Amino acid sequence: MPKPENNNKVSSTWFIGFVLLAGILVALPHVLSFSQQEILVLLVINVLLVCSYRLLTLTGEWSLAHAVIMGVGAYASALAAKKLEFPVPLCMLIGASTAGFVAFLLSFPLFRMKGFYFLIASFAAGEVIRLSWKWSDLTFLFGGPKGLKRIPPVPDFLTIDFYEPVNYYYLCLIVVAVSLLILYRIEKSRIGLTFHAIHWQDKLAESVGVNTFRYRMLAFVISAFFAGLAGALYAHYVGAIAPNRFSVEEMVYILIWAIVGGTATFYGPIIGVVALTVLNEVVLRSLGVDEMRPMFYGAVLIVAILFMPNGLEGLVPKIKGWFVGRRKDNERTLQKQLDDATAG
Amino acid sequence: MSVELFLQTVVNSTYAASYMALIAVGFVLIFGVMGVVNFAHGELYMAGAYTVVALYADQGFPFFIAVAAGLVFVGVLGLLMEFALFRPLRDNPLGGLIASIGFLLILQTIAVLGFGVRMENVPPSTQEKFVFLGGVVLTYQRLYVILAAVGLLSALWFFLRKSKFGWALRACAQDREAAALQGMSINQTARLAMFIGAALAGVAGALTAPLVSTTPFMGHSVIVTAFIIVIVGGLGSLEGAVLVAILYAFVHTFVTTVYDGTLANIVGLLLMLAVLIVKPTGLFGAKERA
Repeated sequence: MPKPENNNKVSSTWFIGFVLLAGILVALPHVLSFSQQEILVLLVINVLLVCSYRLLTLTGEWSLAHAVIMGVGAYASALAAKKLEFPVPLCMLIGASTAGFVAFLLSFPLFRMKGFYFLIASFAAGEVIRLSWKWSDLTFLFGGPKGLKRIPPVPDFLTIDFYEPVNYYYLCLIVVAVSLLILYRIEKSRIGLTFHAIHWQDKLAESVGVNTFRYRMLAFVISAFFAGLAGALYAHYVGAIAPNRFSVEEMVYILIWAIVGGTATFYGPIIGVVALTVLNEVVLRSLGVDEMRPMFYGAVLIVAILFMPNGLEGLVPKIKGWFVGRRKDNERTLQKQLDDATAG
Repeated sequence: MSVELFLQTVVNSTYAASYMALIAVGFVLIFGVMGVVNFAHGELYMAGAYTVVALYADQGFPFFIAVAAGLVFVGVLGLLMEFALFRPLRDNPLGGLIASIGFLLILQTIAVLGFGVRMENVPPSTQEKFVFLGGVVLTYQRLYVILAAVGLLSALWFFLRKSKFGWALRACAQDREAAALQGMSINQTARLAMFIGAALAGVAGALTAPLVSTTPFMGHSVIVTAFIIVIVGGLGSLEGAVLVAILYAFVHTFVTTVYDGTLANIVGLLLMLAVLIVKPTGLFGAKERA
């Protein structure tokens, strides 16, 4: 169970850590090949996707509509850019807001349920949306099973060409960093604490006057907004989207990242998506077994759920414990020597 | 819609209802006894179909031997899942679902590696058919599915109502701890439920292999169907699953015949959402388990 932390003072260790991380993230694309840079862009987008997913899981509900919600953002943004010819940054906001609005509408039927019922109903609701993209009568709008092509890219800013993966990576990095900061602040705020309360004691929360439906809806809408943003970032980068890109298989990957990383901490899902993407791209690509990829993911998922129920994030305190433990030991010996000295 | 087309659609719906009921009842049985949403149920169905591909289409064994092999093979797969995944994760409410997703991916990959992603060509085992008045056709191939559904589901019904194992199974579905306190082995009932549930999906897959497009990804539409049926019928209600399977099959087949398949799927899903809004526990469901 996650404990609300109270870090008023930002210690110097944290500061150095952040600077180092930022430095690595800025320098990273320059040591990678072109195709790896492209994967890096997708990885950053997926980080936002899985972190937005985690916000909903704070309330204890697991949705299976998240990939479709991401698709809503992608489709709305792409359509706004293609048909209405709005400027692309505005389209991305429209996409994210549309995703949030769809989540708002969906929450009325969906949050009449909890647990497995919610899970399955969210799956069904997502499939309805996804099938409507495929439906032949709406092909003029959504492009049918083949989806939308030639989505306008992000226009050049000054002399920066966002068609280059490196530049788009920096753009995504900024957008995702700001989004993560917002998500983090939300989680640490009173609202976030209420989400936790609803997860662990929803009846008790209700009895002290918390409108659990409203808060569940809020979590769903916020998480959908950022998922939609991730979808918009994806659509304008890749330039083509299709209904199958947002199918249940993609949803399964989001689930796997979240589960393998762990959802108790903010960084858990990020560890999950980064670790699995690196494993996938570095190990599996070098082995050259593309067809085996789902099996690999399935096996990782099963091993994770069986042997690491807390996910990869559960390993972090242990690793930390080795260092901190050693320091504690040193302190203890020092203290003992001091005691001995004073006693003597 | 002409009368012949109407009657033909009724026959088609009956066939669809049969295999949907087989799948949904297995799904509900597993959920009821073990409390696990078995996401891999569609892939168990796929495994049944591929048993027929391997034994009947490729190796030339008689069709019914292949179907029987499919039943046993998929049932054993179910036992494997119970032993390796669901038993260690019994205390983790979401664990079984997650593990079954992992198992789904593994089964799919095995099918892709073993048979390729393309649609399998499974010749029908018989060309004979009933022709009713007015030219309404029921092929024997489809008749087998209907007969199997009626036979197996009535056998299951008698087993659950009359036999000692059946009583134990239903007791476990109602309250696992209380059943254990009465001296029923939870492991044994879980094994039994998992074998029956998986085998029903396997039989459905094996019998419909010549009738549907058999690909490694055929499980996807099946799991969607199963979800709709069990949610509308109420998770944990076997009778509800059968009744709703019939209802859903008729709606789906008629909409497909009159309009198109995608719209039929949308209508089905919207029906399900409507039922959830009006009665979240489903038409025949009991209270949600705590």
